[in-house]
Amino acid sequence: MPKNPNVKRVMVIGSGPIVIGQAAEFDYAGTQACRSLKEEGVEVILVNSNPATIMTDKDIADKVYIEPLTARVLEQIIEKEKPDSILPTLGGQAGLNLGMELAESGFLASHGVKLLGTTAATIKKAEDRQEFKDTMEKIGEPCAASKVVESVEDGVAFTKTIGYPVVLRPAYTLGGSGGGIAHNQAELETILENGLRLSRVGQVLVERCIAGWKEIEYEVMRDSAGNCITVCNMENIDPVGVHTGDSIVVAPSQTLSDKEYQMLRTAALNIIDELQITGGCNVQFALHPTSFEYCVIEVNPRVSRSSALASKATGYPIAKVAAKIALGYTLDEIKNAITGKTYASFEPTLDYCVVKLPRLPFDKFITAKRTLTTQMKATGEVMSICHNFEGALMKAIRSLEQHVDCLLSYDFSALNREELLERMKIVDDQRIYVIAEALRKGIDYDTIHEITMIDEWFIDKLAILVEMENALKEGPLTVELLKEAKRLEFPDNVISRLTGKPEEEIKKLRYDNGIVAVYKMVDTCAAEFEASTPYYYSVYGGENEAVETKPKKKVLVLGSGPIRIGQGIEFDYCSVHATWAFAKAGYETVIINNNPETVSTDFDIADKLYFEPLTPEDVESIVNLEKPDGAVVQFGGQTAIKLTESLMKMGVPILGTRAEDVDAAEDRELFDKILEQTGIPRAAGGTVYTAEEAKAVANRLGYPVLVRPSYVLGGQGMQIAISDEEIEEFMNIINRIAQDHPILVDKYLQGKEIEVDAVCDGEDILIPGIMEHIERTGVHSGDSISVYPAPTITTTVKEKIAEYTRRLAKALHVKGLINIQFIAIGEDVYVIEVNPRSSRTVPYISKVTGIPIVDLATEVIIGKTIRELGYEPGLQPEADYFAIKMPVFSFEKIRGAEISLGPEMKSTGECLGIAKTFNEALYKAFLGAGVDLPKYKQMIITVKDADNGEAIEIGQRFEKLGYTIYATRSTCNALKEAGVHARQVNKISQESPTVMDLILGHKIDLVIDTPTQGRDKTRDGFLIRRTAIETGVNCITAMDTARALVTSMEHKMDQFTLIDVASIKSRGLKE
Amino acid sequence: MKAFLILEDGTVFEGTHIGAVREVISEIVFNTSMAGYLEVLTDPSYAGQAVCMTYPLIGNYGVCLEDMESVQAWPDGFIVRELSRIPSNFRKDITIQEFLEQQNIPGIAGIDTRALTKILREKGTMNGMITTDEAYDLNTVLPKLKEYTTGKVVEKVTCKEKYVIKGSRDLAENGAISGSARFDKEAYESGKREMRPSIVKELNGIGRKVALLDLGAKKNIAHSLAQRGCDVTVYPALTSAEEILNDHPDGIMLSNGPGDPKECTSIIKEIRKLYDSDVPIFAICLGHQLMALATGADTFKMKYGHRGGNHPVKDLETGRVYISSQNHGYVVDMDKLDPAVAVPAFINVNDGTNEGLKYTGKNIFTVQYHPEACPGPQDSGYLFDRFIKMMEVNKDA
Repeated sequence: MPKNPNVKRVMVIGSGPIVIGQAAEFDYAGTQACRSLKEEGVEVILVNSNPATIMTDKDIADKVYIEPLTARVLEQIIEKEKPDSILPTLGGQAGLNLGMELAESGFLASHGVKLLGTTAATIKKAEDRQEFKDTMEKIGEPCAASKVVESVEDGVAFTKTIGYPVVLRPAYTLGGSGGGIAHNQAELETILENGLRLSRVGQVLVERCIAGWKEIEYEVMRDSAGNCITVCNMENIDPVGVHTGDSIVVAPSQTLSDKEYQMLRTAALNIIDELQITGGCNVQFALHPTSFEYCVIEVNPRVSRSSALASKATGYPIAKVAAKIALGYTLDEIKNAITGKTYASFEPTLDYCVVKLPRLPFDKFITAKRTLTTQMKATGEVMSICHNFEGALMKAIRSLEQHVDCLLSYDFSALNREELLERMKIVDDQRIYVIAEALRKGIDYDTIHEITMIDEWFIDKLAILVEMENALKEGPLTVELLKEAKRLEFPDNVISRLTGKPEEEIKKLRYDNGIVAVYKMVDTCAAEFEASTPYYYSVYGGENEAVETKPKKKVLVLGSGPIRIGQGIEFDYCSVHATWAFAKAGYETVIINNNPETVSTDFDIADKLYFEPLTPEDVESIVNLEKPDGAVVQFGGQTAIKLTESLMKMGVPILGTRAEDVDAAEDRELFDKILEQTGIPRAAGGTVYTAEEAKAVANRLGYPVLVRPSYVLGGQGMQIAISDEEIEEFMNIINRIAQDHPILVDKYLQGKEIEVDAVCDGEDILIPGIMEHIERTGVHSGDSISVYPAPTITTTVKEKIAEYTRRLAKALHVKGLINIQFIAIGEDVYVIEVNPRSSRTVPYISKVTGIPIVDLATEVIIGKTIRELGYEPGLQPEADYFAIKMPVFSFEKIRGAEISLGPEMKSTGECLGIAKTFNEALYKAFLGAGVDLPKYKQMIITVKDADNGEAIEIGQRFEKLGYTIYATRSTCNALKEAGVHARQVNKISQESPTVMDLILGHKIDLVIDTPTQGRDKTRDGFLIRRTAIETGVNCITAMDTARALVTSMEHKMDQFTLIDVASIKSRGLKE
Repeated sequence: MKAFLILEDGTVFEGTHIGAVREVISEIVFNTSMAGYLEVLTDPSYAGQAVCMTYPLIGNYGVCLEDMESVQAWPDGFIVRELSRIPSNFRKDITIQEFLEQQNIPGIAGIDTRALTKILREKGTMNGMITTDEAYDLNTVLPKLKEYTTGKVVEKVTCKEKYVIKGSRDLAENGAISGSARFDKEAYESGKREMRPSIVKELNGIGRKVALLDLGAKKNIAHSLAQRGCDVTVYPALTSAEEILNDHPDGIMLSNGPGDPKECTSIIKEIRKLYDSDVPIFAICLGHQLMALATGADTFKMKYGHRGGNHPVKDLETGRVYISSQNHGYVVDMDKLDPAVAVPAFINVNDGTNEGLKYTGKNIFTVQYHPEACPGPQDSGYLFDRFIKMMEVNKDA
């Protein structure tokens, strides 16, 4: 069936801010889909509240609305833009839920808007627990014995009939929020109560626990004519019980015979056919390990994280094909973009093995529980490709950038046999390392399998790696052994550690014997057809396929690896834009990255894509082959920056700002010299290595002080210390990982925090705009609400900032991007830190000023000047609207994580509020972040004594909005004295009803809790904050944020001004 | 032990020896299925060929003997990237290594199977030798390789005597077992029913007698019919048409099989007689090619054939596309079809080659691919139902 001619204007719904369970994969899917729609001449109206995405670029869609994703906002955009259809299946669960809401309310029908792709009835069949179960029963596809309950009593009663343990899954939530496994009635009651509240429809599925079964997924496509294919299947190494997003996943399945493979494939096709899905769909099965019994776990009637993974694992562009299907095409009419010869109606076949590892945030949340459950915790993931499983696993491990490079990276050697058997029962991110140690200690496969339920085939593969470790340790290192170690992807540095020989010697031995990586192509067809797609992965042994290319200038763009807190999708935005800009300037572009969720790893972004770990050795292998004329590191976050030195050693020129200058910005002494020369003040401080030195510096400066490691992103490990004890504690934490660079201790200054991104051509600078943070210094810039244009600082301060930026950029010989954070105290401006590279705010400031600074930075790197690019140097004219960036957190997903804001970044994503007035922009920003108040008009205030004064003002304003305020004793007294009608509640340790009971009573809108110092997990404050977050209550930990919230609530509105971001003219560009 | 794969064009791959220790010359082909290596090894259509698996990890789930598609393994050699050290599956009987040795199949592992596949793709299927002789001499080996032809292999692989498979009543007695929730372990262990789940949902073939001409048939062809209730009589390839027709079957199936269809001159003559009868006929793969040759059409050898489980086939009657299991090196020439005799009913979406024919004015349809799957997608199982329907209509008429 050809394209439907009635589809001319399509509204695409994005997935909103990045949260755990809904990450960059939807930017990838959305971007691919929008490009696919535009290819067909369809006008695309895009709505997404997330400014860091590529999909919200004006190159990707015709109209771009970076607005809160609520039904009301969407309705207004539909009224304004009059699309003929909307496509809700590309924006994850958030997009799908919104599409459903608009369809169910009748709004779409009454405005003549069609739902493209899968219909509302289908979505309901797949998403509504009971309807889904009924549908599966009808076609004879088994589900685990289960019941949808709407009350705790029903849940308990039902469980009595099927027995413990049971799995609980709330309906319509992201990443399994609020779910879990209950082993007894007490656990059941706790989890169920919480799940019922988090579910959009107040339903939770209670089901027979199939933990320990194999978890197998199929990615399926279906068109409107009913043609179905499976793109690939995937096997979770972690059996059912761990969310697939947190599992180690391998594609294709490894331990299924053709009988099992086809049985589940046929079941997946039956399901997608019965559900009448048009587009992509993910079906998850649990397969009994010793019979053919299986259960359907769930179906996602949309593109998902798994489909992004499947796309990258096979080369089959699921989102692109799904978009074409939505327009009416059938699979046999859509060309396979990889081969250019075959069609989308085929099934990719792999001639390699793919391993995905989750990137878990436990290095950020050191107090959090590391256990993995049905609730997803990973912020991102890495993928690797190799022709054997062992190699793919080894490559994936080192791609994580979590100080791990082999199965010895977490040391469990101190545990004896019994302790290991106990430790193995814990399902966490370190389990494979524990298994490796168990194998080292001679524990047999059966025992390991019985405890972990991990298939013995995988255990054997871990054993092969352990055997290689031993062989290397024992020596001698023969050429044959080295060859085998490299086939298993042991990196040179690990071989060096195991053999005790220097890494250089290993490398020489390799080169002398021709043991080098070769590159194979991902072609969807196992070489059956010729493909020209330059999508490569490395293996040791065999013929090299990466072809010599045109004699153009060649640039290497280093990607930013897995999404983690502090290094998110923004850096992928920068990498992709830089790649496009280089291509436009006539360069051949080569991308190296390992993140399957991103746009940069799509095979048609750069001229060549190497899906590889970003370590010096892996990069060097590519450099040896490609011989690039230069590399850019300033766009790929800290991942790329860290490779600078190695690239220079390889003889690859670093394009843009030189490595020495990057160092000068990070190196305390060098940087102090530059500040002295340029006459720019900063907080006093010093560099230290030990806790003793740190205490000495702190006492010299006087507390409070800021303690942080250098060369980190997202303020990792950064803390404000108020005492010697805290210094000891923080230094211990920082030094758990050996530090290559000194630790910085600075006097903490309190003031307004200001941030700028600028482009410098070596002489002149261009500042698109100044951003001011709502929160005072002390809260990490990534966690602060950021306002453009800066609303409260004077012209003098602005001029000073522009001038300081110019001086610093020049002194550091910046060519390209620079990011600087300042503190403004009155008219004084101090510099906090300088990063001569792209930053988190680059996409945001680019979009709201219309100045494409990554493109400009790339042009500057190539040799153009700012003037030549059509801009007058300096600070560009301010906008006549406000754009406010609001951080978004995923605290509810990570049990035990401290949520209070501080110098270490904790947010996972962001959204934007853009409007003519500050108040509307602020309101939209909160709304976009999911804060939609008031509901019950009850709140709790419990602040440290120093904040009592501010609490009074905020309390008064909330009271005016009709709020009943509960407060703990000291806060309550302060409020009462100031005439606020606060009601006192008991602390947790006191008798009931306490503040906890109040929160658990579920009638509280908001908790304002500013933490006393220290990180003691048992303190009241910590428990209050965790309870609030885990019960879905808004919790604010900074007075400035609270003030901003009440301001936004005072300006609650229903009718919005809508700004098409794609129509914003580049500010300052001369006509 | 070292092993070598020497190709007709002089390319030599060095790897490790697997399976039986013997030297073999054969036609080298590749298969792109990611699972189902045992089904590939026991598919008689591979007689006279050595198979290279493009998926690099083979043997992961060992060998489950009940999954064999015939009584023995047929390829002359087996070429893989890597054999799994341990097999892991609840049904495994032996390891792939043991199986290859038992079946006396030599092979080679540890070679760049992707590089080999690319050579075959670019230069076309060619002959090769697997040897463990390190002192091989290309000057003597290459002429020998060029000489090799698969020859008349159908006679080698067909059954020696006719036999009958009674139609299953399993479904009637136990219900469909496609839904695993109904899998009955006790019934399986007592031998009352199959272990494997099936896609069959209806006993529509009860009482139908099908004659299956075994040209190298995979077990699942007869099984697919028997599961639907048909009684299947299997005949050796050289059985005369008269003998088959004298048994008065309700329908005739021509199976898959190995080799160049044009070598099967006498069988083609008998098939012509079957065509002339009014008995409904359904043919698969070699059977499809022989029916075409018997009715005046032509076949030609493809550059490197279709072998795998991911080929899209379009049913021209419905417009639907199905993913199919394939294994063929020859194909019916669509340009030389006489529409008065037969018209294309199925085509390959990738390369537009013929995947099936419908015979004008006859109750005959034939397909190039494998609706019996094993290995590969089960999407085309509906063709057996179509055949049963055809028998029904014919009988009623």
